[in-house]
Amino acid sequence: MYDSLKDILKELPRFHNELLELNEILLANLIMIGEIPAPTFEEEQRIEFLKNRFAESGLLSTSSDESGNALGILQGEKGDRNIMIVAHADTVFPATVDHTLSIRIDRVTGPSVGDNSLGCAVLAALPKIIEALKLPIYSNLIFMGSSRSLGRGNLEGLRFFLSNFKDPVVAGLCIEGVELGRLSYTSLGMLRGEITCQVPEAYDWTRFGAVGAIITLNEVINKILEIPLPGRPRTTIVLGSIHGGTSFDTIATSALLRFEIRSEAEGMAKNIGMEIEDIVASVASRTGAEIRLEKIAERRPGGLAYNHPLARNARAILNKLNIKPRISPSTAELSAFIYNKIPALTVGITNGGHLNEENETIRIEPISVGIAQLLGLLLVIDRGFADEH
Amino acid sequence: MNINTWLKTNTFHHSSFSDIASIVEEKQKQKLKVSLCIPTLNEEATIGKEIIIFKSELMNLQPLLDEIAVIDSGSEDKTMEIAASFGADVYLSKEILPELGEEKGKGENLWKALYQLEGDIIVYIDADIKNIHPRFVYGLVAPLIFNPTIKYVKAFYDRPLAFSQGIRPSGGGRVTEILIRPLFSLFFPELTAIVQPLSGEYAVRREVLEKIPFPIGYGVETSHLIDVFTMYGLEAFAQTDLDKRVHRNQDTRSLGKMSFRILQTFLSRLARVGIIDKIPNMSNILRQFQAHDNFFEEVLFEIDEEERPPMLEIPAYRKKRKLPQKRTKK
Repeated sequence: MYDSLKDILKELPRFHNELLELNEILLANLIMIGEIPAPTFEEEQRIEFLKNRFAESGLLSTSSDESGNALGILQGEKGDRNIMIVAHADTVFPATVDHTLSIRIDRVTGPSVGDNSLGCAVLAALPKIIEALKLPIYSNLIFMGSSRSLGRGNLEGLRFFLSNFKDPVVAGLCIEGVELGRLSYTSLGMLRGEITCQVPEAYDWTRFGAVGAIITLNEVINKILEIPLPGRPRTTIVLGSIHGGTSFDTIATSALLRFEIRSEAEGMAKNIGMEIEDIVASVASRTGAEIRLEKIAERRPGGLAYNHPLARNARAILNKLNIKPRISPSTAELSAFIYNKIPALTVGITNGGHLNEENETIRIEPISVGIAQLLGLLLVIDRGFADEH
Repeated sequence: MNINTWLKTNTFHHSSFSDIASIVEEKQKQKLKVSLCIPTLNEEATIGKEIIIFKSELMNLQPLLDEIAVIDSGSEDKTMEIAASFGADVYLSKEILPELGEEKGKGENLWKALYQLEGDIIVYIDADIKNIHPRFVYGLVAPLIFNPTIKYVKAFYDRPLAFSQGIRPSGGGRVTEILIRPLFSLFFPELTAIVQPLSGEYAVRREVLEKIPFPIGYGVETSHLIDVFTMYGLEAFAQTDLDKRVHRNQDTRSLGKMSFRILQTFLSRLARVGIIDKIPNMSNILRQFQAHDNFFEEVLFEIDEEERPPMLEIPAYRKKRKLPQKRTKK
């Protein structure tokens, strides 16, 4: 059974049909997980829930590790290889936001429902789904709800596990709730940083820079925007958020900028990071303000070649299910696998909208196709059709 | 049974029953059927969630529930469509026992559920719960399954995990604290031990429900407590702390209407159980006021809290349950 890629592709429509019947297991998990707030560094409750689900599904070694990941192992029939299936458990929403989800016939709405409550729900439901579909899996499947992934979390959970897990992992599958069709197998080079600008309370307002922290930070931003960026390899600087000041009429004594440099080229993000360091030092010396650059996270570019069997077969699976592949690089979990030289993919489960807003919405109907895709990928890896010879 | 003993022995926390498999095992041993009834009227925002959670967790994964039914009062939104699409049995209240006519009210739906559903235990859950979880059902059903003397299990909510003072006020909403508890204190002191007498979530044995009348509106919960207490005493009750319940808040004027209906029911019960000889003729008009520019004007509401008789008195019910028909007096 499943002796060739063709066998697996042939089974995908059957998986899809049977998964339609199992949708409520998935949705029940989605509601229960999605209503547990899990801001980065405060994911414990969600991790506990996942751990309990893993245990209820009969996974072995269900536990959470020092880094706060939820783990469980589905013992394979042969058990000679390990495949990791990962969904990040943390979200961008603070616990103070109302996490109530609302369900209509065709959609689910609420904070973090797509990023990444749905990914976690798929992870929680997958052991039951594999059991219901009677899929013979040879490899051990390591299920992980990863902690401290986003922002300052910097993939701490997954990086901790991969540095400390003693057995080899043949491949990783990262699950994101949205967007169906997303296919990532390369990681961008990335540098994520935070620039803080502090003007002392007892500042001499007669000096240059008396306009306060916001204008000083604005000067830094203008200089960042002057950095020449190559069109190829593609390189961008994203200015993600800015905070500063407290009112209309008080000169701001502090301001903060969060940014991310992304590049396909090795070393490019690092070099631009050094340029920004120079900008910060130069503006600080001229204004007398205290300006600090803190690097939050760095990634090196890498990943699978376009013709790697895992990438190639993943495209075949998506095509068979009539999912239009949207191939894009990632800076999330995938890059931790790539750093550890483990072939890995990130896929999305359904379509959605208003991502990272409180009215984040996902569509219910495509979920079964998204999971069929995941099962196909799992079998491809399990049977060795993703191995590079 | 005195109140303090009852509070110790018959008040539970849902976490004591989180081993759902053991509840199911005991239920199967006793060959019991459990039905869930969700009365609805325009609840499209929350109904889907309730059905998915209960069906997946308490029917498919653990067969604690044998049926999930939505009894609807005639919603104009998509409540019925959503409930059916997620796999509930959906009934329009007026189509159950149509020969007995149609009354509008939640109590009507609860009463008709008794005819329509098959369970030996009926769990009633309101449809407006935003933070739905399987505990809302297993926390109420488990005491009935594990303890044959318990007949009626009521939910209560929101016990904080940590409280700095050691003693804290505990109780229900505004209507409970300023109407029900004072009334119970005056006439049925034992019933004050029920922390939230008006909560819409409870599980009851059929053998009890079929013997008691159902007011069709907000009086239904109060009348149940008085009737069951009068028949069986406090030991027939239990209550389970289900932690937090997030739901819509009603405005004060709506609570006024609710209180009016509850008072109608309460006073008629006092006469029925012989606590007072006879209640005088009472007005069925609730008078509320509103300001219009600089003038106050009266707003009148005609409210009759009618009652459905005990289901055992309905011939169609006796026939359906294969009970001998009662002889009618000539």
